[in-house]
Amino acid sequence: MQRRAFIAGFAVTVLPIAAAATPETMAAAIKQVTGDAAVRPGRVTLDIPPLVENGNTVPLTVSVESPMTEADFIKAIHVFNEKNPQPHVFDARLSPRNGKAVVGTRIKLADAQKVVAIAETSKGEFFSASADVIVTIAACIEDIT
Amino acid sequence: MANVLVNAPKTARKGETVEIKALIMHPMETGFRAGTNGRIIPRNIIEHFTATWNGSEIFRMDFSPAIAANPFVSFFTIAGESGTITLRWTGDEGFVAEHQVAITVT
Repeated sequence: MQRRAFIAGFAVTVLPIAAAATPETMAAAIKQVTGDAAVRPGRVTLDIPPLVENGNTVPLTVSVESPMTEADFIKAIHVFNEKNPQPHVFDARLSPRNGKAVVGTRIKLADAQKVVAIAETSKGEFFSASADVIVTIAACIEDIT
Repeated sequence: MANVLVNAPKTARKGETVEIKALIMHPMETGFRAGTNGRIIPRNIIEHFTATWNGSEIFRMDFSPAIAANPFVSFFTIAGESGTITLRWTGDEGFVAEHQVAITVT
């Protein structure tokens, strides 16, 4: 009885942590944004260090080549990851008012993984870039001890 | 009031593309970590960041728990007319922070 209670308790406390994003959930999250449109490589530059010591703050800059005029601009920049608990990192909304389609921030990475940036143009096209990052100290799921 | 650090030019020429950098103090607790008592610490993050120039939106960003603690954001905008840039962060547990910077466009 005690053992059964212990196992039940274990399942309850550990499972929510174990529910991590996988390459499949990332693909599903990307699909939610792009729908059936094709995602082409190019135009997007994802600037992130290839080797990160501390996954708690990883500098990341996404820049997209675009004239940023009323006729042709980048509407949104989405960033996804493979192995954090959730596949989303951020969604930025842009307009011709930005002049340059460049967004910088700092993110957390729970494991060595692939990070994907997707840019959506005003014409409904999608461009992407990805980068592999090696992380030595993980973030997000580390417990406080 | 949360601690906010904003780096934006005080003056700009009309039509110039200026960079705005903003940093805010916030734990960005993911809701996936257990505390010293073994219980999950509830999620407490900033969810939305918006920037307006004299009331019209120039940039918007939705955060997830994967944004690092003390969120930093940098973006560009074209200088329109003199006025104020308002940066606003909203999030879990009713978190709201607002910061204004004045900019003179010549």
